[in-house]
Parts: sequence; structure tokens; C-alpha cells
Amino acid sequence: MKRTIIPIGPYHPLQEEAGFFQLQVEGEKVLDIDVDLGYNHRGIEKICEARTFDQIPFVVERICGICSTSHPLAYVQAVEEIARVQVPERALYIRTIIAELERLHSHLLWLGLAGHFIGYNTVFMWAWRYREPVLDIMEEMTGNRQNYAMMKIGGVRRDILEQDLPKIRKMAEDLRPVLDMFVGAVMDDPVIHARTKGVGVLTPEDARRYGAVGPTARASGLAIDVRKDDPYAAYDRLDWKVITGESGDVFAKAAVRLLEIAESIKIVLQCLDQMKPGEIDTKVKEIPPGEGIGRVEAPRGETFHYVRSDGSNRPVRHKVRAPSYVNVPTFKATCIGQTVSDATIILAAVDPCYSCTERMAVVDAGAGKRPVEQYDLVAVSQREGQKMLRSLAGKVAQTTLEKKLAEGYRRIGWKAC
Amino acid sequence: MSLKLKALCKSPWIFHVNTGACNNCDIELVDALTPRFDVERFGILLVGSIRHADALVVTGGVTRQAAPRLKRLYEQAPKPRLVIACGSCACSKGIFHDGYHMAGPVDQIVPVDIYIPGCPPKPEAIIDGVVKLLKKVA
Ligand code: SF4
Repeated sequence: MKRTIIPIGPYHPLQEEAGFFQLQVEGEKVLDIDVDLGYNHRGIEKICEARTFDQIPFVVERICGICSTSHPLAYVQAVEEIARVQVPERALYIRTIIAELERLHSHLLWLGLAGHFIGYNTVFMWAWRYREPVLDIMEEMTGNRQNYAMMKIGGVRRDILEQDLPKIRKMAEDLRPVLDMFVGAVMDDPVIHARTKGVGVLTPEDARRYGAVGPTARASGLAIDVRKDDPYAAYDRLDWKVITGESGDVFAKAAVRLLEIAESIKIVLQCLDQMKPGEIDTKVKEIPPGEGIGRVEAPRGETFHYVRSDGSNRPVRHKVRAPSYVNVPTFKATCIGQTVSDATIILAAVDPCYSCTERMAVVDAGAGKRPVEQYDLVAVSQREGQKMLRSLAGKVAQTTLEKKLAEGYRRIGWKAC
Repeated sequence: MSLKLKALCKSPWIFHVNTGACNNCDIELVDALTPRFDVERFGILLVGSIRHADALVVTGGVTRQAAPRLKRLYEQAPKPRLVIACGSCACSKGIFHDGYHMAGPVDQIVPVDIYIPGCPPKPEAIIDGVVKLLKKVA
């Protein structure tokens, strides 16, 4: 059979961001995949070297909008290691709360997008709707819905006000029934099972070989989580579990993320209980020469920052390694041999984030001639979902998903208008 | 006003281009489509192909690699076409103004009809910007 090349991107509805994939297919089967990035490369590491230590948190925050706490947190931890700063207890708890709220909204966002890719726009809309209360709380606490600007060398920039505590608690508790609803819906739906089980399997060996991190690795059974392995902020004082899956397929990745939402809620509530009033900031006079690293478990995996200082007011080298950088190549292991209609959800299951990944790129000046034609893979994938729905229609009267969601809605007392 | 422009104002279909944004502007844009804000009520629809679009929403400060593609997309868009620069990056390159890989801002590459500043602009601001734009052309 003839080999066909399907270009996806660089601008494609499948992705919020620009990235260029080439799928080599034979009939329906994917034979090979090629990734070409660089559309989002902004040269952030170089920009950082021209900023002072105190300005950099704002720049690294804008590496990626979804992880706008993880990057600054990793960076300030690296600098704190150089300057040997003791961060006050309360600041550690505030950092933990912000980081976990970020994980909440990031995982909900992913859930929505995954639902969209397999043709369940209901899940997309509902997941994004329940993301809003998290953003509202963030806005109340930090002043912005995204890009919170909370991290600072030596502590945090703003305190959480006493009057905000009950609001955060309420938001976290309100999220629990919603989560139950989603867990019930996703775990029991026959179409979701058919579309995600055994699809895009990443074996533990492959996960280790590609150096996968975060939920991508945990779904394959590797229990790696920086929050447990090398605790930072207040994680070592809290009681929570590392969620792992077994099968490494798309279903496992979804399940790991969903269960992590529950853990995040647990962590936030514990922080609120344990937090004591006190200082939120230590004065840091100057950064001595030296080098330091910071590691943070971002929603997508381990974020790593390395900073070297020569005693001046700006770093001489700042290196960032974002989780998607190691997770994206796992496509090579998961996509090959699958059908084209499954490729979409497999790609999405990793939750790739190109704006994180692209700080370093070799720019090929001659690469100007790329097809911008779009092949609507999402539509293919969505049609596949609809087809399954129809074929199952005889067996299950109303899909479990819709029923579960409707039932969950009744329980939390939200009426569709 | 041409008939085409009138039709466009009725229900503008938008195509979203990320030319090196940090994701936040993009998420806030998609957020405007979800139940809290739900701009689909007003006929604003995010479409998958530039050939169906009336307006181009550009986020990000346009990296060197994205610049030629942005130009090409603009040329492919059916006329009349509107360009919305969404976010501080798109308006002025924002915090990345001195990056070596930035070719932007957007108005250096393609003509822009409206600027929506903010880092990221709230969905309310994005909706407000689109409404102002439609008032301007109508
Ligand atoms: S304006 Fe701000 S939020 Fe928008 S892409 Fe630029 S840095 Fe990100």
C-alpha cells in the first residue's frame, strides 16, 4: 500500500499552540511520526540572563500560562539554594496551596480538551465550567486569573487573607461532588472505554527509556513524583498519595489525572487547616556566586531550573527543562501502529505544552516551505466517537456518560439554563 | 457598508493563531466560548480552517519562525478580513520585547484592526474588544 504523509499543523485546531507533526500512514495505520517544533521559541533563557534576579519570576511565569506557578517556584527554589535562604513556614504553605490550585485547574482543562477530542463536547463544556471557580479564587487571592506573580525569592509576594480562607475551603469542597460525577462518568462510559482502553499504550520500559515524567509516567506504573521524592514547599508535612496507573494507555492517563484532582483537593484542605499566621517573606540582600537547582512537580511532570550566579545582580546562566520536553517524544512509542483517528487522543493524552518546551531550538532558515493545509483530525476522531455511540445505541439506551452527568448535576443542584 | 461586511458583523467566525504566546491568552480565548461567557450565543464561533474565518485572532509576539506563516494565513483568509491582536505580547511583544527570536509585534507583520491589551486579557476584555471592533466596522 502507498505511504501517505499527513501533515498536522503548524496551525491546527487540534492544538492550541503551534507545533508541526507529520504522520506517515498506510491506509489507516500510523507508521511513523515526526515532530518539528520551534514556532513558539521565544528565547526565554537568554531574556532571563538580561534581567535581574527579582525580575525573572515574571519572565519564567510566562514560559507557560498553565504552569505559571511551577516555573517561578522552581526558579526561586534554585536561587534560594544559592543564597541559602530559610523560607518562612507560612510562605511554604501558601506556595503549596497555589501550586495545587494550579494543578486543579490544569487537570480540569485537560479533561475538557480530551473530551472534546473524542467527540464529547459536553465534557469539554462542563469541565471548563467547573474550572471557573478555581480561577475566581485565584483572582481573589492574587489579583489575576492566570499569571499569579506570587513567587518571590525568600517567600511569597502576597499573604492569603483570613477572610479568603473559608472561600477557598468552600471552593475545594464544592469540587468534590463534581469530581465524583466526572469519575463516575468517565470510568463507566462504554464509548470512552472503547476509545481509550488499550489505545496508545506506553509500557513502563518505554516510559523509562524516554524519560517520561508526571502523569504520563505515572499512568505506566512508575511512581515518580518530585513532591514525594524530593519534597519542597510544605509537601512533606502533608498526607497524600502518589497516584499511579498500570496499563499506560489513554484511559490510565485520564484516570491518573482525575484521581490527582482528588489528592490536590485533599492537600489544599490540609494546608488550610495547618497554616499558622506568621511572616511570609525573608529579606534576601544579595545573591552570592554559586549554582543551584530547583525541581517542582508541575501538572505535567517535573520542571527543572538551573541557575548560576557570579555574584552580580543577574544570573550568568539560567537553564529550564520543562516536562513536555521529555513527554512529547513518547509519541514515537505510543502512536506507531495505531489508527489515524486514535492519533489525536494519543497526542492529547500527554497534554503536550509547546510553549514550555521551546526555549531552545535550532532554527532552520530554509524551512519556509511547509504545507499549512489542514487535515481535520479532530473531526475524524469525533466521528469515530459518534460511530461507536451509534453502534452501541442498541445496547445502552442512553449513554452512561450523559446519564451519570445528569445525575451528578442533580446532586450538586445545578440547573442547566 | 458592503453586504459581506454586514453579514460578517452578524456572526463573525474567528480563527485563532498562536504565534508564540504563553498559552494564557489562548486559554482565555477558548474560555470565552465555554459556559461562563459563551460567546456562541452571539454567533461568534471558533473555526478550524482559515478559509472559513472572518476574523483572525492573533496571540503571542510573533516569533521568527511563525512570522512567515502568519503572513501566509492572512493572505489565505477570505476578504473582508479582520485582525485582532489579543494580549500584550501581540500588541507590543510584551515581556519578550528584547528576545532575539521575536519578529513581531503583530502589526509589523500584518495590519491589525483592534488591539486587546492585558496579560492575559480577561475573557470579558476579549469580548469587549470584539464588540468594539464590530461597532467600528459596522
Ligand atoms: S500577553 Fe501575557 S498571557 Fe498573553 S501570551 Fe503574552 S505573556 Fe502570555
